[in-house]
Amino acid sequence: MHPAAAREFLSDPARAAWHDQTLWMVRVKRDRMAARVPEWEQLREAASRIKEHTLSRLAEYLEEFSARAEANGVRVHWAADAEEHNRIVHGILAARGVTRMVKSKSMLTEECHLNPYLEARGIEVVDTDLGERIVQFKNEPPSHIVMPAIHLKRAEVGAVFHEHLGTPAGMEDAQELAEAARQHLRGHFLGAQAALTGVNFAIAETGGFVVCTNEGNADMGAHLAPVHIACMGIEKLIPKAEHLGVFLRLLARSATGQPSTVFSSHFLKPRPGRETHLVLVDNGRSRQLARADFRKSLACIRCAACFNTCPVYRRSGGHSYSWLISGPIGSILAPNVDKKAHSDMPFASTLCGSCTAVCPVKIDIHAQLLKWRQEVVAAGGSGRAKPLLMRLTAFVLRRPALYRLGGALMRLAGPLANLLRLDPWTRHRDLPPPPARTFHQSLRDKSKP
Amino acid sequence: MRLGLFIPCYMDQLYPRAAHATLRLLERLGHEVECPDTPACCGQPMSNSGHAALGEDFVDAFARRYAGYERVVSPSASCLLHLKEGLEARGHPLAHHAHELCEFLHDVERVEAFDAAFPHRVGLHQGCHGLRGLGLGRPSERMEPHFSKPERLLKRVRGLELVELDRPDECCGFGGSFAVFESDVSAAMGRDRVADHAGHGAEFITSTDMSCLMHLGGLAARSHPQIKVLHIAEILAGEV
Repeated sequence: MHPAAAREFLSDPARAAWHDQTLWMVRVKRDRMAARVPEWEQLREAASRIKEHTLSRLAEYLEEFSARAEANGVRVHWAADAEEHNRIVHGILAARGVTRMVKSKSMLTEECHLNPYLEARGIEVVDTDLGERIVQFKNEPPSHIVMPAIHLKRAEVGAVFHEHLGTPAGMEDAQELAEAARQHLRGHFLGAQAALTGVNFAIAETGGFVVCTNEGNADMGAHLAPVHIACMGIEKLIPKAEHLGVFLRLLARSATGQPSTVFSSHFLKPRPGRETHLVLVDNGRSRQLARADFRKSLACIRCAACFNTCPVYRRSGGHSYSWLISGPIGSILAPNVDKKAHSDMPFASTLCGSCTAVCPVKIDIHAQLLKWRQEVVAAGGSGRAKPLLMRLTAFVLRRPALYRLGGALMRLAGPLANLLRLDPWTRHRDLPPPPARTFHQSLRDKSKP
Repeated sequence: MRLGLFIPCYMDQLYPRAAHATLRLLERLGHEVECPDTPACCGQPMSNSGHAALGEDFVDAFARRYAGYERVVSPSASCLLHLKEGLEARGHPLAHHAHELCEFLHDVERVEAFDAAFPHRVGLHQGCHGLRGLGLGRPSERMEPHFSKPERLLKRVRGLELVELDRPDECCGFGGSFAVFESDVSAAMGRDRVADHAGHGAEFITSTDMSCLMHLGGLAARSHPQIKVLHIAEILAGEV
């Protein structure tokens, strides 16, 4: 459960403060970079409308996109769920005798648990995004969708590399660590028989797609290996190439405070003698599309600005959430995947609304969190004690006499609770000194003749 | 004007001073202010816990009790936002006549000066529901010109010095039932807010929401006992 995992995370206050500061700095960089674009708010509005429009005609655009892609010589595959996605990818690899594959960052394949699926079938998968590689070594899920290893300090990365790459113990210098990773990955790039990448944007009118990275690892993989498999959720579409500029200007600024990602690579058709495959995955997306209250969550471009701004995420870490896409956006996507298993995620928020205000495609994240809470409770996902407590509270508040009695008792008990510090409130903070009379009591006294 | 004053339950019970300050502030502006004598919860605690249906009655009761007033004013941005959203969903006209106190003073009354002096260093905690929900100011995420109604009102108090904060509008972590069910994260967030105010030499923290201040004040009592919390109405009314 999130509260318990968060408590564990906070049990090391210095580390928790470091995590908060590190991610807050990313938010500050985003603010600085966004402020330099005079039409920032208009860009957000445009992006929001393009996505809303696309989602309103998703089936048509998917057909247009797949037809164009196939005309370009790309092989298009459709996967209804994670299992089918994994089967398709494995089928492509097995048919070509691939045993070594490199993979650039793709949250979709994390969502589908592709790595263990392929590894169980004798295929080596090497994540080539530096952060992903680090968490792959550690056998951990990513804690952030843009910065997968943000929960680790440099010294810890040095220890991981010492263990897995044989670098000297105690290596902490960022440049040295990056160089070690580069040398290590180079061999894998050269030896890979296939490369898998994610997709940031797929353009319906051209059948092309765009992959954004800072490390160039998607390009290195896709250009060296004879087979390129690109996996995308069906919500990644935009109608036209001219819309791309809107999103590329928003994405990196929102994500890391860079004017653009270092590499924004456009893929259209395979080179002669090479193969390009596209796997279009639903895995619950069409179900979410059918929910009017939650449809807009599919507009997400995975910039993670909502993670960086979220005061709860920054103080509890990505691993405190029950789903691998954590933070505010994960908390409105996860209940669609499994309402019971992720019932606590919509509650891991104060509903402060910073996520909604920072979102480059204007997803009403905090409003959806509140709506998911209703759905979770209606499905019995909040246990027994909480609903009982809420019913009791409502019962008391509806009855003036009970309210006055309850209030009086609470005011009497306050000072004692402050001494005992046993309840979740006074464990951390004092209750205010109770006033002698309530506001309404003194109003009544005044009105007496 | 005949005004209805909405004092939420927890202010009635725990912060009558802030409620009285609001009342006097409005009366001094020449209004006839009434406060229906029944306990008044807005229903937000139920809604935020996922029991919105249990809270609907409270919005209906509010609409019934306050429908007769020209305008309704409340010194609690969070409760008011919840009520306004409920009224808007019902298409009830009261949605457009209900105001958070600062909004009323700034937009409706356009108060230019307060008969108040407060020669202290004050940190303004911008409660999220007032800031991002009711639009009392520009949240730092948005790339628009800066404005803050509570800040402008405070600047009209003699001698008051507003402190700059490192994080001008980060959530304090109260969040209603969040403060109880996620009490560790809640407290960590609040401690960081208090430290930000303390680090800039604030003697007082003020806000449009006593609920945030109950949380921040309760934390400050243990870590920075020199810092006190005051509802913005208490400062504007010149009663401290």
